[in-house]
Amino acid sequence: MSILVDKNTRLIVQGITGREGAFHAGQMLAYGTNVVGGVTPGRGGQEVHGVPVFNTVREAVETVRPNASIIFVPPAFAAEAILEAAENGIELIVAITEGIPVQDMIETVQYVRSQGVRLIGPNCPGLISAEKALVGILPGRIFKEGPVGMVSRSGTLTYEVVAGLSARDIGQSTVVGIGGDPIIGTRFIDVLQMFEEDPQTEVVVMIGEIGGSDEEEAAEYIKTMKTPVVSFISGRTAPEGKRMGHAGAIISGGRGTAQSKVAALEAAGVPVANTISEIVDHVAGILKK
Amino acid sequence: MNLIESQAKAIFAAAGIPVPRGRLAATPEEVRDIAAEIGGRVVVKAQVPIGGRGKAGGIQLADGPDGAYEQARQILGMDLKGFKVEQVLVEEAAAIQQEFYLSITTDRDRQANVVIFSTEGGVDIEEVAEKTPEKVIKYWIDAGLGLRDYHIRDIAFQAGVSTDVLKQLAPVLHTMYGILRAKDAMLVEINPLALLEDGRIVALDGKMQIDDNALFRQQDIAADKREEGEHPLEKEAARRGLAYVKLDGHVGVIGNGAGLVMTTLDMIQRSGGKAANFLDIGGGARAEVVRNALELVLSDPDVKSVLINVFGGITRGDEVARGLLDAISTLEIKVPIVVRLAGTNAEEGLALLQGSPLTPADTFEEAARKAVEAASA
Repeated sequence: MSILVDKNTRLIVQGITGREGAFHAGQMLAYGTNVVGGVTPGRGGQEVHGVPVFNTVREAVETVRPNASIIFVPPAFAAEAILEAAENGIELIVAITEGIPVQDMIETVQYVRSQGVRLIGPNCPGLISAEKALVGILPGRIFKEGPVGMVSRSGTLTYEVVAGLSARDIGQSTVVGIGGDPIIGTRFIDVLQMFEEDPQTEVVVMIGEIGGSDEEEAAEYIKTMKTPVVSFISGRTAPEGKRMGHAGAIISGGRGTAQSKVAALEAAGVPVANTISEIVDHVAGILKK
Repeated sequence: MNLIESQAKAIFAAAGIPVPRGRLAATPEEVRDIAAEIGGRVVVKAQVPIGGRGKAGGIQLADGPDGAYEQARQILGMDLKGFKVEQVLVEEAAAIQQEFYLSITTDRDRQANVVIFSTEGGVDIEEVAEKTPEKVIKYWIDAGLGLRDYHIRDIAFQAGVSTDVLKQLAPVLHTMYGILRAKDAMLVEINPLALLEDGRIVALDGKMQIDDNALFRQQDIAADKREEGEHPLEKEAARRGLAYVKLDGHVGVIGNGAGLVMTTLDMIQRSGGKAANFLDIGGGARAEVVRNALELVLSDPDVKSVLINVFGGITRGDEVARGLLDAISTLEIKVPIVVRLAGTNAEEGLALLQGSPLTPADTFEEAARKAVEAASA
């Protein structure tokens, strides 16, 4: 098993004719993901990497029956693209786009929830079920199949941990990047619940950062989990009031500090690593590797 | 992006929220003219993007044009928490019966906009919420339904305000929600919203925060961007399209990915040093982006060493290394540069750096230690 994506995923790429969309469609195909189509308004009838392009999501749904979509549409149009996918019955939507306006996302997140659609992101690297399916921009070659589930607000930091795990012959089940924006479709707690029910996942790594209180909420849920969780929080030395790269990585009014997150996780019995290599050590310890 | 009082009030007035009569001025002479025009008592208010202006002496009452002139002479040019006062707002002084707090803001935890109302206005709302939480009413807006009259009635009755006040509060709140959405604001705040002795309600102060991601469709506001409180290097970084934050240490940092860079800053501190900046060059780490970033960091006189920390994913380590060598060949390098490459083809990448002026490092910890040592040498 694994969560969210696997060999049964039938993916369309919204924005497939753009530079990023075309490049990553190729990378996902090379990884073995079943990319069944793409959507770019006005480019219907063309092909990208041998994959048919449609003008609308509706047309793609009728023709190639996708169950997932990945979005590479520019920020001004990305919320519309998410809504188009959701209204046309796509069950899983992964929004890579960075820089979508907050008010657009508030409306969009509320709509996709009301439709029971799973949205990952925006401003995220997507997700991968190792050796099964890549739906995102993660570098497929560093992953190997195994028992570790990962969920993270950061892209490259996640790759660091994955590379560290794979180097010690510890593989991954599914790795999910939930994104660095303040308003996102899927939060830590949602993914932790999925890992808790996944038979392949024996240990979960959760990588948080400053801003918001998702980690604190997750800590409450972790108290009820059977699957052990290891955590890491970045931004322990970040100053207040400064946006640290991600739109959501900001301490404001004394809230969203790394210290508060670390304290909540430690109170839930979660080991919080101080360094990347410590994360790998904790996981290896739990798996007795 | 934060809007100051005069900017927020201009938006309020244009949308129909009552604000006191008044105008902006940059000299004591202008202040005297405006005060004469208004007649009677006026208030002279420093226009700087900070809270607590009153306590800091930036807001003063005056009885007439001459008094206003004197107050303006004091306030203009004043330093308020690091901001020089260059403009004042001159307004008619209000005869206040009661002060309320009213705002709509984006609540990331509930992923919704929230109305916050309190009958304890004119003071720091955080303090009110801490001491008397029952006096702060919060009402989350359903994005599909929007803000309805019955929501506003619920807020007003919970707060215990009179129906006369409710009648005036309702249009103000509807307009504020309209402004929030039309201007892509993450905060629209009126504190205080005053009930005057004559029974009218008026916005005596105003504050707005605009979503930076939405400036592409808020051209008017973007054109007015003041970049207050930004370090000159942050302004330069914005011009170069780099995600950069100036910090107060001596190790310049460049990395790819926000989480990775934040962690690099944390590791530098663990090694006993402090970073001079945060700089995320994003996913690919292409040569021209690295060069652009390195040039910026090297222009910072605080920087005594540089740590470049790049994870090679889709872009392989050897490609990153070639990009780095390319970048430094065109720049004058006066400080030690430590490079850590991880991920795909990291070893090949580090091998390419042998014999170059760059100091390679294998692990996160080693890189941080070497950079900190180099900065203090």
